[in-house]
Amino acid sequence: MTERTGPLVELRDVKVHFPIKSGVFIDRTVGYVYAVDGVSLSINKGETYGLVGESGCGKSTLGRGLLRLVEPTAGEIVFDGTDIRSLKGESMRRARRRMQMIFQDPLSSLDPRQSVESLLVEGLKAHGLAGDKAATTKKLREALAAVGLPASALSKYPHEFSGGQRQRIGIARALVLDPDLIVADEPVSALDVSIQAQVLNLLEDLQNERGLTYLIIAHDLAVVRHIADTVGVMYLGGLVEEASSDDLYREPMHPYTKALMSAVPVPDPVVEDRRERILLAGDLPSPTNPPAGCRFHTRCPWAQPTRCAEERPALREVLSGHRVACHYAEDIAAGRIRPHEVEPELVRPDEGAAPGDPGELIPTL
Amino acid sequence: MSLLDVRDLSVVFQRRGEQSFTAVDKVSFSVEPGQTVGLVGESGCGKSVTSLAIMGLLPRRGNKVTGGVLFDGTDLLQLRPNDMRDRRGRDIGMIFQDPLSSLNPVVPIGVQVAEVLERHRGMDRKAALKEARELLDAVGIPDPNRRLKEYPHQISGGMRQRALIAIALACKPRLLIADEPTTALDVTIQAQILTLLKQLVDETGTALIMITHDLGVVAGLCDTVNVLYGGKVVERAARHELFARPRHPYTHGLLNSVPRLDSPRGEPLHAIRGSVADNIPWAEGCAFAPRCNNVVDACLEGTPPLESTATGGDLRCNNPVSEEVAVP
Amino acid sequence: MSDPITRPGVAAPRDGADPTGTSERPASATERGIGRLGDRKKARLDELARASADKGGVSLVRDAFRRLRRNPVAMFGAAIVAVFVLVAIFAPLLAPHDPAQRFDELTKNLTVDSIPGASSDFPLGSDPLGRDFLSRLIYGSRQTLFVGVFATLIGLALGALIGAVAGAFGGWVDNILMRLTDVMLALPALLLAISLVAMASRSSQWTVILAVAIVNVPIFARLLRGSMLAQRESDHVLAARALGVKQRSIVLRHMLPNAMTAVIVQATLTLSTAILEAASLSFLGLGDPDINRAEWGLMLGVDGVRYFEVRPELAYYPALAIIVVALGFTLLGEGMRDAIDPKNRR
Repeated sequence: MTERTGPLVELRDVKVHFPIKSGVFIDRTVGYVYAVDGVSLSINKGETYGLVGESGCGKSTLGRGLLRLVEPTAGEIVFDGTDIRSLKGESMRRARRRMQMIFQDPLSSLDPRQSVESLLVEGLKAHGLAGDKAATTKKLREALAAVGLPASALSKYPHEFSGGQRQRIGIARALVLDPDLIVADEPVSALDVSIQAQVLNLLEDLQNERGLTYLIIAHDLAVVRHIADTVGVMYLGGLVEEASSDDLYREPMHPYTKALMSAVPVPDPVVEDRRERILLAGDLPSPTNPPAGCRFHTRCPWAQPTRCAEERPALREVLSGHRVACHYAEDIAAGRIRPHEVEPELVRPDEGAAPGDPGELIPTL
Repeated sequence: MSLLDVRDLSVVFQRRGEQSFTAVDKVSFSVEPGQTVGLVGESGCGKSVTSLAIMGLLPRRGNKVTGGVLFDGTDLLQLRPNDMRDRRGRDIGMIFQDPLSSLNPVVPIGVQVAEVLERHRGMDRKAALKEARELLDAVGIPDPNRRLKEYPHQISGGMRQRALIAIALACKPRLLIADEPTTALDVTIQAQILTLLKQLVDETGTALIMITHDLGVVAGLCDTVNVLYGGKVVERAARHELFARPRHPYTHGLLNSVPRLDSPRGEPLHAIRGSVADNIPWAEGCAFAPRCNNVVDACLEGTPPLESTATGGDLRCNNPVSEEVAVP
Repeated sequence: MSDPITRPGVAAPRDGADPTGTSERPASATERGIGRLGDRKKARLDELARASADKGGVSLVRDAFRRLRRNPVAMFGAAIVAVFVLVAIFAPLLAPHDPAQRFDELTKNLTVDSIPGASSDFPLGSDPLGRDFLSRLIYGSRQTLFVGVFATLIGLALGALIGAVAGAFGGWVDNILMRLTDVMLALPALLLAISLVAMASRSSQWTVILAVAIVNVPIFARLLRGSMLAQRESDHVLAARALGVKQRSIVLRHMLPNAMTAVIVQATLTLSTAILEAASLSFLGLGDPDINRAEWGLMLGVDGVRYFEVRPELAYYPALAIIVVALGFTLLGEGMRDAIDPKNRR
């Protein structure tokens, strides 16, 4: 592991709200999707921050908001001392070199008409780093070697590779620019089980060699636990719990984290037979109309008649380095509050924006 | 006698102007009443094609299905299309991965359930709707009276999957085939659906074939597990036996390569090298050989037969992982 | 039974345990047997891996072209189109006579209820004005190709321009342009074409071309704009933005080329409708006023209909020519669409 110094990225109360528009000629805003609603977190240099949550919780939007691929509505994003949100046009474009992204679907994120060489060289050209031809080719070969692909891959096209290899190309494309931060949005969930491990190992090796900082966004708790140093759990646009990976696994404190953890199947029948499941009632409420108070109180088996429905709990440090957004975290941990039955509330899919829909992408070049 | 006995089932895709491709190669397994059998494998291993062949849902053109699928003694592959249609839904129910595309978007949920009852159990619409209400209630859909009149797009993904299960269960089938029923769902919803399936198997005594790529899903649910690779069963064992002592290098590698929630952090995962697309360019030989750590010369010469093991399972391997090597 | 297990990917001839293979190398008794064979196969495996690694890439277009060639229906369409184009190019060599010349031996037999039929000099007989019908039919292909190609190209250029601008800028630019195309789409195509031709003060073949082109503009505009918008939301465009690529090169290098594929396929299909529309206009008497110019629609509409009772062949042949050529372009276009569709790629 590389040495850890201060934070590389700091998010302060970041909000991303997507307007829901309707109207034939003139678009009228009829409401908002509160995709990300006030998230604060910081990622240290050389660290891996894992963001987990189910579809529609806003984790992908947060990742894209951080890179300003969607425009945050409010809040501050400080990257290495600069507030990214204050950057405009060309200076924002230049700043992108240092923060790269890896996508979920390796095929759709690679332009099918371009050879691997032109895919990789594109970033270099955009930042004026593609000087003379020999040096560029050397750089590309190095990047490919770093992700375990032969140099002959340069002349091929994305569709000629397998899923795992395509994801390696996606990683190489990010690496060529020698970034500090890599945001990986579900980097392995589109891959076959036996390939996932290869890519996860590769990400770890690259971090050790180059001191990269990662923000890994995934729905798979086991993947995040494996790779991340710090884990943040998101529910309906907000961070509900944040702790070091080991602490979070050893003692999940937020009711939602508890339920999420107990729901992850473990490939071991001995564990499966013994474990107790906390089954959540009903579905995720719509992010266009999130419940008042604690967002989780409609499904929470520990919900209390007071405070939960009225007051939105802030993320507060309950144990050292362990932040939880729950009014009753201590009481639940100490066993003073017992779980109870929850009547499932009916949730309807939204007519307009589906949960998890990143909405309209606002160009920020 | 077994409820379902699949014998040497093979499916060969024959497309004009292309080489034929054996998607399923002499797969045999049986399902006892009330039993849950898992078919596990990665994309392209033939698990979904197997289930479609059992259900007679593969298009007749371009596919050659051979072998036998004996359901209660009748070979389903020999049935005429009309008789098979009667069997589907009545004797065998099926649940698919994507609940939205498997439901008819312009027909209310209740009517979709009722139609199955009308067709297979000869009920009239009124009785069928009443029964449909009870079925929706049984699969845990809140406020079933109102849900009856709603359309698939008005309910959430988890509820749609429940509705699909209700349809599959409508005629009290003796066998339920679930093809990746939770892959499109979130973990907490997956837990709900898996619990529901387990409960239904316990209560109704229906047999279940669970098709999945997720070893974790199998671990909690299946009595017997068949691991498929390259269209063949490579290992079959009882649940506890398989996870405690995987013998085939593929099963072993798969179990070692998935990150587990309860494993210690920081160690690199033991990845299987290569990808499913790697294969040896001749007909004989083990399909897994190019990726296998235990490969010996014989592996390239011919496919080893599926042989019984001392622990009551079956194994197709020349050089299996020794029994002492446990999963870390 | 045993079916060969062949999977997509590395395809190579089967290499069984043939004795010729073993005799290539000096075989000692110890080397023989399973182990030896295994080594040989392993060596071949490495060789194959190397061979496939050294092979250059196959671009999407080449890949699609390969698939197109394997599609017999598309190839049939392509053959029709090829024959049509060749006939049009070499019309002066193929035609036995000048299409505009009136022959005395034909005119003298011409009466109200009899038109001379086939003779050794004139294989398809005469047209109502005593000209060689076969030559006119052959020359007609030139006119048809000319009108079809230009109408499509002009329609494509204008439509693509509107669609690209709307797709690239979005917002109110998109809104205005798309409402305009909606208005054009709302009018029946032929009616719009007829009105446009009628509006022209003096009709020539260019008025026909322009009318047909304008009818096709909104179709191309909508199509390109739709696929540009889809590209805008696509992951690879987002990836390019994340890389910090300039907006201009995102549009020109990523969005436009990927969106154009669908438009080019549409253009092939439009060629057939353009030919039909041009023929319809001529049929209705709104086409080229030059009576000497051979044109299939005109031949069908004026001579064919008027003398149908006398000599129905005058209608049959031009109609058949139009149908076959339109079919050729349609089959080729459909084949291209299938070939380019990524779902069919394996």
